[in-house]
Amino acid sequence: MTTTPIPPATPNAAHGDGHHASHNLTGFIIFLCSESVIFLAFFSGYAILRRAALNWLPPGVEGLEWRMPLLNTIVLVSSSFMMVAAEHYKEKGKLWLFRGFWLLTMAMGAYFLYGQAVEWGGLKFGLTSGTFGATFYLLTGFHGLHVATGVLLMGLMLVKSFIPGNYNGGEEGVKATSLFWHFVDVIWIILFVLLYVWRT
Amino acid sequence: MTSTALSPQPPASWRRYFGFSTDAKVIGIQYIVVSFFFFLVAGLLAMIIRGELLTPAADLVDRTVYNGLYTMHGTIMLFLFIFPVLNGLNNLLIPTMIGAPDMAFPRLNTAAFWMVPVFGLLLIASFFVPSGPASAGWWSYPPVSLQNPLGHLISGEFLWVLAVALSGISSILGAVNFVTTILRMRAPGMGFFRMPVFCWTALAAQSLQLIGLPALTGGAVMLLMDLTLGTSFYRPEGGGDPVLYQHFFWFYSHPAVYVIILPVFGIFSELFPVYSRKPLFGYVYVALASFIIVGLGLIVWVHHMFPSGVAQWMRNLFMVTTMLIAVPTGVKVFAWLGTMWRGKIRLTTPMLFCIGGLFNFVFAGITGVMLATVPVDIHVSNTYFVVGHFHYVIYGAAVMGIFAAIYHWFPKFTGRMPYEGLGKLHFVLTFLGANLNFLPMHPLGLMGMPRRVSSYDPEFAFWNVLASLGAFLLGVSIIPFLLNMISSWVRGPRATHNPWNAIGLEWLLPSPPPEDNFGEHVPTVISPPYGYGKNEPLVEHQAEIERALTLAEATR
Repeated sequence: MTTTPIPPATPNAAHGDGHHASHNLTGFIIFLCSESVIFLAFFSGYAILRRAALNWLPPGVEGLEWRMPLLNTIVLVSSSFMMVAAEHYKEKGKLWLFRGFWLLTMAMGAYFLYGQAVEWGGLKFGLTSGTFGATFYLLTGFHGLHVATGVLLMGLMLVKSFIPGNYNGGEEGVKATSLFWHFVDVIWIILFVLLYVWRT
Repeated sequence: MTSTALSPQPPASWRRYFGFSTDAKVIGIQYIVVSFFFFLVAGLLAMIIRGELLTPAADLVDRTVYNGLYTMHGTIMLFLFIFPVLNGLNNLLIPTMIGAPDMAFPRLNTAAFWMVPVFGLLLIASFFVPSGPASAGWWSYPPVSLQNPLGHLISGEFLWVLAVALSGISSILGAVNFVTTILRMRAPGMGFFRMPVFCWTALAAQSLQLIGLPALTGGAVMLLMDLTLGTSFYRPEGGGDPVLYQHFFWFYSHPAVYVIILPVFGIFSELFPVYSRKPLFGYVYVALASFIIVGLGLIVWVHHMFPSGVAQWMRNLFMVTTMLIAVPTGVKVFAWLGTMWRGKIRLTTPMLFCIGGLFNFVFAGITGVMLATVPVDIHVSNTYFVVGHFHYVIYGAAVMGIFAAIYHWFPKFTGRMPYEGLGKLHFVLTFLGANLNFLPMHPLGLMGMPRRVSSYDPEFAFWNVLASLGAFLLGVSIIPFLLNMISSWVRGPRATHNPWNAIGLEWLLPSPPPEDNFGEHVPTVISPPYGYGKNEPLVEHQAEIERALTLAEATR
C-alpha cells in the first residue's frame, strides 16, 4: 500500500513488450461497435422490405417453423452463461474448470450451427424466392458466419490456454472472444424476434 | 540523456518505402505517393471527360466509354485518392502530434495500406474485362448497376463492388487503429483539451467511418448478391426496392464528405495560427464543433434523395438537419477568420492554399445550403449545379487543404524544404484552374444541363468551353507540384526541426523524426496548444530539447 501507483496517463511507458493488450481490447470493442452497424443495416433493410411487400410470403410457403429455432435460441443464450462461468474460473486460476466450461460453450455454439443447417435443409424456399427468401438467408447466413467465427476464436483461445503461464493475467483474448460471443448472442435475439416472432 | 533520441539518425534506406514496413511515417508516405499515382490516373480520365465536353456533339469517345470514364473518375478519386491521402496524413501526423512512438497496431496499419494498391489494381483491371468498367456512376444505383447484358460473372460492376468492399475493410482497419491511438497513446499531460485540433478532427472523421461505412458494406453485399446470385433486394420485379440501396449508399456516402472535409478543417486550424502568429480563436468550440458535425452528419443523408420518391415529412426533416450543419461549420469559419484578424500574416505557400481553400469552402457552403432547400434541390438535382457544388468542396476546399498540409509538413518528414516559387506557381494555377473549371458548372446546372451526358444542347457550349479550359489548367497545375516534390526531396535545402516556427510536439522532433519518434523520452505537455505570442513553453524542458536539436543540426 506504500507503493504510489504510477498514473496510467503515461501511455508511452506501455508500448514495450506485450503491454499492447489493453490497446487490443479497446481496438476490438471499437471494431464490434462498427460491426453492429452492418447488422443494423440488414435489420432495417429487412423491416423496410417486409413492410412494403404486398405478398411477403412466396407462393406455397406458409411461414417459418419456430420450434426448432426456439430450441436453438435457448442453447445459444445459455451458452453465454456457460462462458461467464468459464471466465469466472479463469479469474480464480482454475484452468481445468475454465477449459471445461469453455469447451461446453463451444459445443453449444456448434450445436446451434448444426441446428441452423438442419433448418436450412428442410426449407421449401430458396435464396431467390422473393425478398422473403433473400433476407432470410442473408440474415441467418451472416449471423451463422459470426457464430462459426466465434467457435473458431474459442478453439484458438482453448489451444492458447495450454501455453504455460499464458493466462496469468494480461491475456485479453479470452475477454475479447467472450465479448464477441455475447454480441453474437444479442444479435440472434433481435434476429429471432424479427424473423420468427413478428407476425403481420 | 536526450541526445540519443534527438540526434539525427543515419539515413535509412529508400527501399523501406517498397516493403511491408510497420513504421507509421513510412506507411504515411507510402499512402500519399500511391494516392497521387491514382490522382494522376483519375485526373487523366477527367481530362478526357472535359475534352469530350469541349463540343456539344459526342465526338471524342463512344457514349458507353464515356459512362465508364465518369464512373471510374469518381470512384478512383474518392476511394483511391482522397481517402488514402488523408490516411497518409493521419499516419504521419497523429503519432507525432500526440507523442506516440507509432500507431497502436502497426501490423494492422501495414495490412490496411497494402489493400489499397490491391483494390486499385482491381479497379484498373476492370477496364480490360469484356464488359468494360463499371459505368453506373460512382454511386452505382440499381437498376442501372444491375444491368449485365453480356452475362459474364466477372463484369466491371462486379469488380467495382469488390473494390469498394475491400476499400471499406481497409478503411475500417485504419479507423480502429487511429481511434485507439488517439484515445490511448497521448503524451503525458495531453488531455483531450490540450490535443491539436487536427487530432480532434481525425477522431471525429474516423468515428464517422466506423459508424457509416458498415452500412455501405451491407448495401454492397446485397448489390453483389443481386448481381451474381439472382436475389431481388433491389429488383422491383422481385418485390425489391431500388430506393433502399440509395438509403444504404447515402447513409455512408454523405458522412464520407465529412470524413474528407473534417481533417481539412483540422489542417486549417493548425496552419492559420502558425502563419498568423496568433492562438487559434475559440479552440474549444472548434474542437467540439467537429463532433456536432459528426452527430448532424449522420442524419442528413436523405437530402440526396429528395426526387427519389421519399415521404414529404422526410424531405422537410432532412432539409432542416442539413441546414443546421451550417452552424458548426460556420463556427469554424468564424474561428479561422478570428485567428487571422490582426495577425502577423505570412503568405507562404501553405498559407495561400489555406486561404484559397477557405474561400472556396465558403462558396461551396452557400451552394450547399441552396441544395438543402427542397424546391431548389428538386429543380437542380442531377444537373451540373450538384457537380459544381461537390467539386468546390472536394477540389476547391479539401484538395487545396491537403496541398497546404503537404507543403507545411514536407520539411518535417523528408528533412528538406520545398521551393517557395514553384509552390506559389502551383497555388495560382490551382486556384484559377479550380474556379474556372467549377464555377461555370453552376450556371450550367441552373440552365438545366444534366450531369453524366457526353453530348449537350449548343446553348450550353460557352460555359462548357470555359469549364474545360479550367480543367486543362488544373491538369497543368500539377506539373509544378510534382517537380517541386521530387526535386526538393532529392536536393532541396536541409530543413531545421522547426522551419515555420510552429508550436506542437511534432516540431520538437528532428526532421525527419527517428523511427520511434520520442522513444522513451516523451515530453510532458504543460500548456494548451497554439500558444503563439504567449511566450510560454508547450512542454517541460522545452528549452533544453530545442537547444539539443539546434546543436545536432549545427554539427551535421
